Amino acid sequence: MSDLYDCREAFQRTLVELAADDERIVAVVNDSTGSSKLGAFGKAYPDRLINVGIAEQNMVGVGAGLANGGKVPFVSAASPFLTGRALEQIKADVAYSNTNVKLCGQSPGLAYGELGPTHHSIEDLAWMRAIANLTVVVPADPIETEQVIRWAASTVGPVFIRISRMPVPAVHDDDYVFEPGVATRLRDGSDVTLVTCGVLVSRALEAADRLAEEGISARVLNVPTIRPLDRDALLAAATETGGIVTAEEATVHGGLGGAVAELLSTEHPTPMRILGVPGVFAPTGSTDALLTRFGLTAEGMAGAARDLVQARVAA
Amino acid sequence: MSTTTNSPTADELRSRAASIRGRNLQMVQAAGLGHPGGDLSAADIVTTLYFSVLNVDPENPEAPGRDRYIQSKGHASGVLYTALAQRGFIPEALLDEYMAEGSPLNGHPDRNKVAGVETNTGPLGHGMPVAVGCALAAKLDGASWRTYVLTGDGELQEGSNWEAFMSAAHYDLDNLVVIVDRNRLQQGARTEDTNGLDPLDDKLAAFGWAVREIDGNSVDELLDTFAAVPFVPGKPSAIIANTKKGRGVSFMEDRVEWHHKVPTPEQVEQALTELSA
Repeated sequence: MSDLYDCREAFQRTLVELAADDERIVAVVNDSTGSSKLGAFGKAYPDRLINVGIAEQNMVGVGAGLANGGKVPFVSAASPFLTGRALEQIKADVAYSNTNVKLCGQSPGLAYGELGPTHHSIEDLAWMRAIANLTVVVPADPIETEQVIRWAASTVGPVFIRISRMPVPAVHDDDYVFEPGVATRLRDGSDVTLVTCGVLVSRALEAADRLAEEGISARVLNVPTIRPLDRDALLAAATETGGIVTAEEATVHGGLGGAVAELLSTEHPTPMRILGVPGVFAPTGSTDALLTRFGLTAEGMAGAARDLVQARVAA
Repeated sequence: MSTTTNSPTADELRSRAASIRGRNLQMVQAAGLGHPGGDLSAADIVTTLYFSVLNVDPENPEAPGRDRYIQSKGHASGVLYTALAQRGFIPEALLDEYMAEGSPLNGHPDRNKVAGVETNTGPLGHGMPVAVGCALAAKLDGASWRTYVLTGDGELQEGSNWEAFMSAAHYDLDNLVVIVDRNRLQQGARTEDTNGLDPLDDKLAAFGWAVREIDGNSVDELLDTFAAVPFVPGKPSAIIANTKKGRGVSFMEDRVEWHHKVPTPEQVEQALTELSA
């Protein structure tokens, strides 16, 4: 069993480190210092941790104003409330106004499994991806999280970063460098491609192992940037492997699977399976139980890949 | 200090406001679109700010130490664009393209297309939170520039304003000034017949603001009031500017339909005659 990491730790450690050298970096939270793991940031830079209280619309607007005043605000809150409650502020004050705001959606997807659908953030990818001029990034492990935070801090422009609390193994080497809009091929393969992001990437690698045992060669693509999508990597996967399984810790409508389907259906129609929460409010349950229920597991992905390959053989 | 290099007299500001009103109405008439009622109620406030109060430089619209003017009532883009043009931020000829296809002068302002615009407004209740962020940035830097935000009164029905009002007081933002264009009309009816705001002064005071209520169509009162900012050290300043929608044009004043009614060429002529009187 490999070590497991909470990506929020990498987020906060990196932010504290960057803030030491860059006075412009501030954090804006909605009483979410603890859930964003920003206690250490607040201790190191008390004036630069701005807690607006339970007021997400204000939080995002304040972030935009801080950016107007030359700051680099990391606006950090539980993803369902950041993206849901403040959606219009994200659209108008951040993306359309083109302000240098870094939106950090914490504990997304099914992270708050037991708390129920009000706290499940399965719509955030679709909502964020629909907004022009907003880069949408879902890091898969602590190494990628650190890389994304470094990139966001050093790049001018609006970005949404979806940061998980579910402990995950490292899937990248220490020398990995994140580039926006670039997918990474974590496993080569020729029969089918597993396309994932975030906490499901390690599960995709495990699925590829299982498929290999059955003689199915599965490529694994980590797609950290949902918008803009890595067209070249996806078109190559479609052309070279002939089948695509997407899996995301989100609704099947409008997120990673939707983005890939939009691309492939117009440019290179390819059989697909889209795994995620199938357009329902999920029941209560642990994150792990819910991921299992919706087939967001190594076996779920392997099964979908098998289906695609067998359908091709039968045809 | 928040002053411009050449301070016009009150008479000069009144004349400037009349000129802005007239050009604004011509623009709305030519576009066939606009929100002239709310443009005209705010014209004296916007004129006084741009020509006497704000430390801004059309040659360097993004100077870090500039005062920020945030117009939360984005639908009153007509008065904003006219003031920006007459203050030299954008060419006056550009006003002829108000809301034309592909024009930078959208119905609601876009900071990425129009110099001098600080944030993109239009949906209501967005300006106050952004203004709080601006004022916080100045405080963090120990900088002396101020943030001024103009809201409509109807728009105070949006809860986001009150989140921001709380924050401003919590952070002791005495470098922040809100001017409420209290014309008592919103798109469909009187504010007090829709979702009443009174007693607005008490509400703002209860939220921790130092409040003054003035005639928002009086340049003299506006000048005196802006000169007194911050009204109380350590507190954000709120100006309830009692105005008339459509102010300055007899047939438009205090009439709800002029929220977004477009004047005919003949009506514009009559308005110009009244404004030059």
